[in-house]
Amino acid sequence: MGFPVLDIIIFLPLGAAILVALLPKSTPKSVVRWLGLGAAVAELALVLWMVIAFKTGNANAGFQFTSHQAWLSPLSVAWYLGVDGISLFLVAMTALLFPIAMASPPGERSSRSYLGWMLLLESACMTTFLSLDAFLFFVAFEVTLVPGYFLIVNGDGPRRGYAATKFFLYTFAGSAFLFVGILATYLLAAAHEPSGTKASFDIIALARGAVHLPVADQELLLLAFGVAFAVKMPLVPFHTWMPDAYTQAPTGGSMVLAGILFKLGAYGILRWGIFLFPRAAVNLAPLALTLAALGIIWGSVVAAMQRDLKRLVAYGTVAGVGFIVIGLFGFTTEGITGGIVEMVNHGLSTGALFLLVGMVWERRRTYSFSHLGGLQSVAPILGWVFMAVIMSDIGLPGLNGFIGELLVLLGTFITHRWWAVVATMGVVLGAVYLLWAYQRVFHGPAQAINQGVRDMTWAERAAVAPLLAGIIFIGVYPQPVLSRIQPAVDHLVAHIEYADPSFKIPPSGVGHGTFAVPADQVVDVPAATATTATAASTGGNP
Amino acid sequence: MVNAAYAIVAFPLLGFIINLVSGRRLAEPTAGWVGALAAAGSFVSALIVWVTMLGRPATGRVSDLTIFTWFPVAGLHVNAGILVDPLSMTMALFVTGVSTAIHLYSIGYMHRDPGFDRFFVYLNLFLFSMVVLVLADNFLFSFLGWEGVGFCSYGLVGFWFQRQTAAVAAKKAFVTNRVGDVGFLLAMFLMFAHFSSLNYSSVLGTLSHGQATGLLAGAPGAINGTTATAITLLLFLGAVGKSAQIPLYIWLPDAMEGPTPISALIHAATMVTAGVYLMARVAPLLHYAHTTSWVVACVGAGTALLAATIACGQDDIKKALAYSTVSQLGYMFLAVGAGDYVDGVFHMLTHAFFKALLFLAAGAVIHALADRQNMKEMGGLRKYLPITAATFGVGWLAISGIPPLAGFWSKDAVLSSAWQMNKILWAIGVFTAGLTAYYMSRQFALVFTGQARWNEARPAAMPNHGAGGAGGAGGAEAGEAGTGLPAPAHAQDRPRDPTWTMSVPLVVLAIAAVLGGGINFPAWHMDFLSRFLGPLFPTATAITISTGTKWALSVVTTAVALTGLALGLSVWKTAVHPRLEPSFLRRAWYFDDLVSAVVSGPLRLAAAGLAFVIDRRVVDGLVNGTARALGLSGRALRRLQNGYLRTYALGIGVGLVVLLAYLTFRVGN
Repeated sequence: MGFPVLDIIIFLPLGAAILVALLPKSTPKSVVRWLGLGAAVAELALVLWMVIAFKTGNANAGFQFTSHQAWLSPLSVAWYLGVDGISLFLVAMTALLFPIAMASPPGERSSRSYLGWMLLLESACMTTFLSLDAFLFFVAFEVTLVPGYFLIVNGDGPRRGYAATKFFLYTFAGSAFLFVGILATYLLAAAHEPSGTKASFDIIALARGAVHLPVADQELLLLAFGVAFAVKMPLVPFHTWMPDAYTQAPTGGSMVLAGILFKLGAYGILRWGIFLFPRAAVNLAPLALTLAALGIIWGSVVAAMQRDLKRLVAYGTVAGVGFIVIGLFGFTTEGITGGIVEMVNHGLSTGALFLLVGMVWERRRTYSFSHLGGLQSVAPILGWVFMAVIMSDIGLPGLNGFIGELLVLLGTFITHRWWAVVATMGVVLGAVYLLWAYQRVFHGPAQAINQGVRDMTWAERAAVAPLLAGIIFIGVYPQPVLSRIQPAVDHLVAHIEYADPSFKIPPSGVGHGTFAVPADQVVDVPAATATTATAASTGGNP
Repeated sequence: MVNAAYAIVAFPLLGFIINLVSGRRLAEPTAGWVGALAAAGSFVSALIVWVTMLGRPATGRVSDLTIFTWFPVAGLHVNAGILVDPLSMTMALFVTGVSTAIHLYSIGYMHRDPGFDRFFVYLNLFLFSMVVLVLADNFLFSFLGWEGVGFCSYGLVGFWFQRQTAAVAAKKAFVTNRVGDVGFLLAMFLMFAHFSSLNYSSVLGTLSHGQATGLLAGAPGAINGTTATAITLLLFLGAVGKSAQIPLYIWLPDAMEGPTPISALIHAATMVTAGVYLMARVAPLLHYAHTTSWVVACVGAGTALLAATIACGQDDIKKALAYSTVSQLGYMFLAVGAGDYVDGVFHMLTHAFFKALLFLAAGAVIHALADRQNMKEMGGLRKYLPITAATFGVGWLAISGIPPLAGFWSKDAVLSSAWQMNKILWAIGVFTAGLTAYYMSRQFALVFTGQARWNEARPAAMPNHGAGGAGGAGGAEAGEAGTGLPAPAHAQDRPRDPTWTMSVPLVVLAIAAVLGGGINFPAWHMDFLSRFLGPLFPTATAITISTGTKWALSVVTTAVALTGLALGLSVWKTAVHPRLEPSFLRRAWYFDDLVSAVVSGPLRLAAAGLAFVIDRRVVDGLVNGTARALGLSGRALRRLQNGYLRTYALGIGVGLVVLLAYLTFRVGN
C-alpha cells in the first residue's frame, strides 16, 4: 500500500470544509477565503502529481492508486477507491475548476458558507469519480445534491428558491431509480457468484455477475441507472431543471454545476451503466443515441432563441451532453475516448464560458442581449478570450473541442452511422447560436451605457488563464491525455465485445484484408486472463 | 533542403505569436513589418524547397515530413505532418507569394486604423492556416488549416465589427462555410471507416520512386464506385462552401465588408481556391467516381454563368469583383470535373494574380475616393490615378481572356477540356467568357473613363455604422461604403495614386498577370506546369483534341471575349443604362432574399416554437405538472427548503418499496 493519494484527495477538501464551518464567526473574511482557496490549490497540486505519476500503456489499463478498506462489513460495503484512464482527467478537471470557481465572486451572500459548500461539493465529486464501490458511489452521488442545492439557493437570481428546489427534487427523483437499480444488481448478481464468495458492491464483482443476468433484466437495470444519470446530465427531455438552476446560481456555482456536476451523470452512465450491462447497453444504444442526437439539435436551437446570455450558455450544455453520449454509445475506442475527452473539454469550455459570462455580469449587471453590445471596442481582451472559448466550444481544430468532437463522431460513425451523421449537423448549429451570441454581446457599436465597461483585470486574467491553457494544450498536443485514457477504454471495448458476441465493430477496408478489426482494437489481453482484481476487464466467469 | 518546408509553416506562426503577444506595443507600422517579414520568410523558404525539388528527378519529388503526432487514438494515427510534392509546393509558392505582396500593401492600406495590430495578427494566422491546408500530409491536418482560414475569414470580414453589416456578414460567412464543413467531416468519417486512415498516402496512394501505389496505381478492388462517389461528393460539399459555389456562394459577396486587402487575399486569391485544391488532391478518388466528376463540372459551369450574370448588375466595385470571383472559381471546378486537374490549378494561379491585382487596384480607388465604393459615383479616374488605372487595366484584359495575357491561356485550356467532356458545358463556358469581358469592361468604363462623378454632391456624412443590422442583408445592395473610420485627411484633395507600399504590389501583380501564362505555355516545350504537376495526376483525362480544333476553339473564345469587351466599353463609357441592370440582376436573382426570408421566417418561427412552446410549456410543464399532481404544491415546495432530509428518507423508503415489489415479482416467476 503506497501513499494513499486518493484518500487524501477526498479528505483534504472535506477537512477544509469542516474547518471553514467550524471557524469562529469573528474570523476575518480574508482568512476564510485564503484557507478555502489554499485547500483547493493544494488539492490541485496533489492531483497534478497523480496525473504525472499515472502509468500509461496497455499493461496499466486497470485501476491505479487503489485504496481498499472494510467499511460497513455486514452490508459488504467497502471503502474502495481507484483511478483509471476513464476517471483520471475528470478528477483533474474537477481539481482545476474548483479553485477558479472559488476565487470568483460569491454573489451577495456570505463567502463563508459559499466556500464551505464548495469544498464539500469538491470532496463529494471526487468521491463519485474515484469510488469503485457501488454503495459508496451512490452515497457520494447523492451528497453532491446538498451543496448543489445551497449553492443555487445562495445565488443572486430572483427565482433561486424555485430553481434550487426543482434541481433537488428532480435529480433526487432520478436517484431513487439509481438506488433501486444498485440494490437489485447487488442482489441479482450475487446469485451468479461462485458459492462461498460473499456478495459485494465491488464494481468488478458486480460486473462479473451482471453479465450472466437475463438480457431483459439487464436492460431494466440499465434503464433504472440510465434515468438517474439522464436527469443528472441532463439528457433531453429530462433537462428542464437545468436552465433555471444554472442561471440562478452565482458564477462559481454555475461553473461547477455545469462543468463538473453533470459530468457525474455522463461518467456514471459509462462506468456504472455501460460497464456493468454491456449487452443491454448495446441493445439500448439506439434509444440513448436518439435522445443524444435529439439533444444536440434541441439544445442548439433552443439556445439560439434565448434572449439571455447565461440561459443561452446553459442550453448549450444540453447540446454538449449530446456529443458526449453519442461518443459513449458508439462503443468504439475512438468514440468512448472522444466522449471522455469531450467531458473534460466541456468542463474547461463551459467552465470558462460561465466565468466570462460572470465577468460580463460583474460589469453590466445584466445578461440580457438587448442591453449588451459593442463590448469588444471597450474590452478587447475580454473579447479575445471570449472568442477563443466559444471557438473551443464550436470545435475549431487546434483547440480542445475539436479533439473530442472528432473522435466522438468518427468513432460512432463506424458502428452507428446515421446517428453520427445527425450529430454532425450539430457543428453548424453550434456555430449559429454561439456566434450570434458573440455578435450580440461584443459586436456592433457600444451603446453609451456600455462605454464605461472596463477590460479584464489582472486577477480575472489569472483566473481564466489555466482554463485557456488547457483548451490550447489539449487542442494542440492531446497525446499525453489520450495515451492515459486509451488503455482503460480499450479494455472496456474488449469487455463489451466479450459480453455481447453479437456486437462486432465492423471491419474496414475493402481492399485491405488485414483490417478485420481496426488494428488498434485488437486488445492483446485475452478476456480470460485479465483477472487481476483491479483490471477493468471483468473477464467473465467461465 | 526539403526541411525548409518546416520554415514555411513556422514563419507565419512566429509572426502571429509575436503580434498577438506584443502587437499593441509594437503598434504601427512595426507590427505590419513583422507580419510582412514573416510572410516573406515563408515565401523564401518555399522557394528554397521548390528549387531543391526541381533538382530531383520528376519521380522522386515527394517527401513526407512529420512534425509531431497529433492524434494517437487507437486506429486513428494522425500526424501534424507536411507533404512536399509538386502540387503542395505549387500551392505554397503562390499562397506565400501573393500573401507577401498583400502584407506589404496592407501596411499602407491599414494606415491609421485603430485595429492595425489586430489586422496583422489575423493576417499571419491566416497565412499559417493556409499553408497548413496546402502542405498537410493528411485530411485531418488539412482540415485544421481549412477551419483556421475560415476562422480568420470570420475575424477579418468582421474586422470593422462596429458596423452591424460587417458583423452579420462575418457570421454568415462562418456559418455557411460550416455547412460545407459537415460534408468534409462526413467524408473523413467515411474514409476512415473504409481505409482506416486519413493520410493522403494511404487513402490516395503515393508516387514514390516512380512506383505508384494504392489508388494511384489503379489498384483493383481498393474501393468501389459507390464509396468513392459518396466520399468525393461529401468532400465537394466542403469545397462548395469554401469556394463559394451554388448554392453556398451567398456568403462571398457579403464578405466584401472586410478590408479590401482581405478581399484580395482571402476572398479572391487563396482561401476560396482551397476547394479546388482539395478536389485536385483527391483526383485518384475522383477517377472512381464518375458521378462526382459530372456534378463538379456542372456545378462549376452553372456557378460560372450565374455569378457572371449577377456581376453585370452590380454597382459596388467590390461586390462586382466578388461575383466575378465566384464565376471564375466555377471555371476551375469545370476543369477539375473534366479531369483536367493541371489546368484547374493553372487557372487558379493566373486568377490569383489578376484577381488579387483587381482587388488591390479597387482598394487603391476606394482609398483615393475616401471609402467610396459605388461605381456610379466614380468615373474619369484614369487621369488622376495613372498607376492604378494601368494596373487595373491589365487585370481587366487578363480576366477578359485577351491574348497574350495570363487569363487567356488558362481559360482557353479549361475550355478545351470542357469541349472534350461535353459541348454544352463548353458553350456555357464560352458564353460566360463573353459576359466576363462585358462586365469587366463595364467596370473599367464606369471607374476610369467618362465623366468624373465623384466630385458631385455626396451624402453629408459617411454612414460609419452601416445601415442597420437586418440579418442576411441582400447581396446586391448598392455600395455600402465606409471603413468605419473617419475619412482620411486627403479626402478633400483630388484623388491620388497610393504610396509605394501599395503601388509596388500592384505593379508586381500586374507583371504576373501579363506573363503568368508563360508558366504553362502550350507550345515550344514551355508547358512547365503540366510537366511539373503531370506525374501527380496519372488519372487525369488525356486531351485528345486535335491541334486544329484547339485553334478553332481559341479563335471562337477570343472573338466572343472581344465582342463582350467592345460592347461593355462602348455602352458604359457614356451613360447610365438602367434597362441593362434589371432588378433581378441587381438583387442577384433573389436567391439571397429567398434564403433570408426562409431563415428569418419559417425557420425562426419553428425554432421559437421549440424554445418557448415545446421546451417551456410542454416538457417543463409536464415536469411541473407531475410535481403538482404528486401533491407538492408551491407551499410544500418552499417548505422543502427546510425539511429536505425527511424527504430524502421518504424517497429512499419509496425506492425500497419499489425494489421489494420488483423482487417479489422476480421470485414469483
